[in-house]
Amino acid sequence: MLAVLWLIPLFPLAGFVILAVLGRRFSRTAVAVIGVGSVGVSALFALIATASFLATPPVGNSYTQVLWTWMEVAEFRPRIALYLDALSLIMTGVITCVGFLIHLYSAEFMANDPGYSRFLAYMNLFVASMVVLVLADNLLLLFLGWEGVGLCSYLLIGFWYHDPANGLAARKAFIVTRVGDTAMAIGLLHLFSGLGTLQIQELMKRAMTEWPTGSSHAMIAAGLLLGGAVGKSAQLPLQTWLPDAMAGPTPTSALIHAATMVTAGVYLIARTQVLYTLAPPVQMAVAVVGAATLILAGLSALTQWDLKKVLAYSTVSQVGYMFLALGVGAWSAAIFHFLTHAFLKALLFLLAGIIITSLHEEHNVFKMGGLRKHMPLTFWSFLIGGCSLAGLPLVTAGFYSKGLIIWEVGASQDGGYGLWAIAVFGVLLTSLYTFRVIFLVFFGETKTSVKAVPGNAMTMPVLVLSLLSVVGGFINLPALLGGSSPFSTFTGSVFPSVTERDGLSLHEVESELIVTVAFVIGLVAAYVFFVKKTSLIRAFTESAVGKSVHQFWYSGWGFDWLYGRAFVRPFVRIAHASKSDVIDTFYTGIASANALLYRILSSTENGRVRWYAAGLAAGSVFFLAMVLFL
Amino acid sequence: MILLWFMLILLIGGVLAWIASYWNTNASRWISLIGTGLDFILAVALWIRHFGQVHLTQHTLWLEELDWSWIPQFGIHFHLALDGLSLVLLMLTFFLGMVAVLCSWTEIDHKIGFFHFNLMWTLAGVVGVFLAMDLFLFYFAWELMLLPMCFLIALWGHERRIYAALKFVIFTQFGGLLMLVAIVALYFVHYQNTGVYSFQYADLLQTPMDSRVAFWIMLGFFAAFAVKLPAFPFHPWLPDAHTEAPTAGSVILAGLLLKTGAYGLLRFLVPLFPAEAHRFAPVPITLGVIGILYGSLLAFAQTDLKRLVAYTSVSHLGFVLIGVFVWNPLALQGAAVTMVAHGISTGALFVLVGALQERAHTRDIRQLGGLWATVPVLSGAMLLFSLSSLGLPGLGDFVGEFLVLLGTYRNHIGISVAATFGVLTATFYVLKVIQGAFHGPNIHGWTLPDLNAREVLMVVAMALSLFWLGVNPQPVLDTFRPALTNLLNASVHSQGKIAAGRVP
Repeated sequence: MLAVLWLIPLFPLAGFVILAVLGRRFSRTAVAVIGVGSVGVSALFALIATASFLATPPVGNSYTQVLWTWMEVAEFRPRIALYLDALSLIMTGVITCVGFLIHLYSAEFMANDPGYSRFLAYMNLFVASMVVLVLADNLLLLFLGWEGVGLCSYLLIGFWYHDPANGLAARKAFIVTRVGDTAMAIGLLHLFSGLGTLQIQELMKRAMTEWPTGSSHAMIAAGLLLGGAVGKSAQLPLQTWLPDAMAGPTPTSALIHAATMVTAGVYLIARTQVLYTLAPPVQMAVAVVGAATLILAGLSALTQWDLKKVLAYSTVSQVGYMFLALGVGAWSAAIFHFLTHAFLKALLFLLAGIIITSLHEEHNVFKMGGLRKHMPLTFWSFLIGGCSLAGLPLVTAGFYSKGLIIWEVGASQDGGYGLWAIAVFGVLLTSLYTFRVIFLVFFGETKTSVKAVPGNAMTMPVLVLSLLSVVGGFINLPALLGGSSPFSTFTGSVFPSVTERDGLSLHEVESELIVTVAFVIGLVAAYVFFVKKTSLIRAFTESAVGKSVHQFWYSGWGFDWLYGRAFVRPFVRIAHASKSDVIDTFYTGIASANALLYRILSSTENGRVRWYAAGLAAGSVFFLAMVLFL
Repeated sequence: MILLWFMLILLIGGVLAWIASYWNTNASRWISLIGTGLDFILAVALWIRHFGQVHLTQHTLWLEELDWSWIPQFGIHFHLALDGLSLVLLMLTFFLGMVAVLCSWTEIDHKIGFFHFNLMWTLAGVVGVFLAMDLFLFYFAWELMLLPMCFLIALWGHERRIYAALKFVIFTQFGGLLMLVAIVALYFVHYQNTGVYSFQYADLLQTPMDSRVAFWIMLGFFAAFAVKLPAFPFHPWLPDAHTEAPTAGSVILAGLLLKTGAYGLLRFLVPLFPAEAHRFAPVPITLGVIGILYGSLLAFAQTDLKRLVAYTSVSHLGFVLIGVFVWNPLALQGAAVTMVAHGISTGALFVLVGALQERAHTRDIRQLGGLWATVPVLSGAMLLFSLSSLGLPGLGDFVGEFLVLLGTYRNHIGISVAATFGVLTATFYVLKVIQGAFHGPNIHGWTLPDLNAREVLMVVAMALSLFWLGVNPQPVLDTFRPALTNLLNASVHSQGKIAAGRVP
């Protein structure tokens, strides 16, 4: 039954083509059926493939489906081929299933938008590209999916194109991620030139045998791929595009900018983990990038007033956890966190969409309040998602995945107490900014009237995702809670397990307990600052230092300012200066010199006999002189 | 004989179209369409017939050949020959020929007969260039392209058409004359060293000559091809000619005439002077990478849509220039595929900009904006072809450019890396076009008619070709392979000759 693999990307692709070509002629119902149905069928096939894979694991725990040879020139032979193993299976399952739920939600959420079919077409294309990305058997096909999702992200951020601000955000996202893509493309060139193939499994095998650990080739290749990964996954120093990407419709933010696309970088690094194992300094860099990003973004999340931007920074921060995990070799934990994060962040974004729509497009959390009573379902779901995000111990999925990362960061031979402490501090921050939002939005007095309640197509995905945000963690329990961890066992066929450091004095239980303490501190602090003693915060933000710190964090640590000064403005200035083509001035110069010469000569032809006589005389003298003196 | 027919159909069709216009103007349109269409069908039939052959035989040089003695006293032959490379370029020529006729259907409304005459004769010149295997004939065809093209710009062009036409003629003629000198020099050098007067490609390939002489002769050829390509810094004729030409003129210029420069480099320059070309290679490769970056920078700076698209050609042809002079199978295939893909994608962009101008009577991005709502099909098509231009995988340009980069990386890492940044800078101008003209607020309140059936037909055909080239380029690559292998072998062969028996 694994032979159905190619149908998983095909259906959303077909959905895109049909909607793009004929969408404007269909009724809204037909558009919804095609747009949502295509992803639904795709999810169904993904589940069939999963069931089949689990029931009868293929030989070598992987399955390759070759469709055709893409191009064949000399020894370069990339194929259009799909590769399924535990990693790509999990990714495909999440993309199609969460994708389906979000499509279902969109069918109602976008129902009154004039660009309904265009929206679903782009979303379909996104799912198709993302599935190709994770199923690709070679890096070139992966790059196709990679660029495809980037394109969809651009189109969807700028979906409401009438507003130039949306266009700006969209272009920023496309260009910033394409800076990373350029690095990645060079990485592909380097890998092929060094190892003679781009097929991932073969590449990893050859890298292992031909490149020694710490070889400069491995470092360059891993570093360049990391460039691509930080672009797509919005990590330092290319994280600046994601908060702005919230200009897109909320389902887009849920699907692309939270649940799936931003984890493409995590997938890429996990997929090519051999290279990172061969390049320890680059792997260390992955951990450092992750740690730095999770703190920076966590602090920025604390200062945002726009509900969606809080969630955006939170996404950057949580993907930072995944990078941190990858950096210390906790591959499986990173993918586990990807899984739980996909559920809970999609849930939170969908709820944000519901809240914002119900409050007449109000994004400002300070203008919300008391929604607990008016929107109970939304409140409880948000609470579940928020608790899962912050890591409420024992009952939420986020607790297990993040706890696992933090423990392995502390325990791994590539990790250490420094990174571990940062990760624990991150929990405190997460808890603080999450409950800040929950208290501001759902507690206190009502400030804005509630307009509408969501219908079934929007409620159902919310309920399913709420459930998954809780139970999603139980597939991988820590050893002390019974030790049933089918997830880690499952991914064990792809990833090596974490090697613990010698002389480790930290226990998993202690790590989890400290994480719990951090969670509680964050929760209490949020309660104190945003419910009990709001004056404390106000006093801080009004002090001189507090004001500038707040502004600095709010603006995302000044990266936009820096890049604008360092890259954007100089480029635009140079372009404007050279608009009329400097090279052309050389040629027009020749032309004008000729014209000048012509004018000088023609001015001698003026009909005055005196001039001619003088010319005649001067010429005669000149020639006589030549005859005499030469 | 079929090779002769390719040209005759266009030459006769052109004359007929001119005559017919006195009777009915639509007739000349139909005659041109049927002429180019017939040629296209013949070329495709030829491809299908020979497909097994191009696939299998590596050693026969030509798929079709026609060799008549023309002026025997001077050793001039009427020698046409076709291999996989020329075959694909011929199909591109006829395909874009049809597009050129179709996109002028309503745009050209005066001197219709003479317009189609010029169009067809330009195409005939292009066909001659792609088929000639006698350098005299080659030069003849090279010049045949020039004059009708100049008329197309000067008579049916836009505001500054005379300036643009003159600039075009002076630039290309300057390069062409240097090539003529080089051809004649090569002819005499060949006579001196072998005692035979011959313009034949096959003979001249074997010419033993002094390396310094060869270098100068090569530069003569390079001048003509570099201007036509155009390589930085010989490009300034291009933005003016493309901008001022009527849509069909721009399509043919960008899609075909530029390719004759690339073809000349591939077919003549490197095989005739392999050692010198190898020595000279760093210069054109560097010019290529400068062209890529400079072209995209200037494209970004433009506000005239046509001018913007014109500068992107400078950028894309930089990849071809690099690919040719890197001269290995990957880079050569990349260059060849880029020639085809760029022909289609840029041709389509010119068609769409032309369609837009016909409707809105402006090409200025600042005057446009928010057009998506009023012309969704045109906007969607523009997005698609722009994406091909920025190298989106799955579309034709990506295949060509990636192969060039891949072929270049091993020996010229720096060049390859810099050229990859060209793919990034392409993003800037593409996003500028999409945002400036099609997204954003519709502040000027445009309401325009969307593409009509004729235009949709062209766009769909071009889009499908690009998709096909993007996801399954193998048939085209297979057709190129024997031809490119022959070129590679020829250069190695004659290089060996020079090394073995260099004549002082």
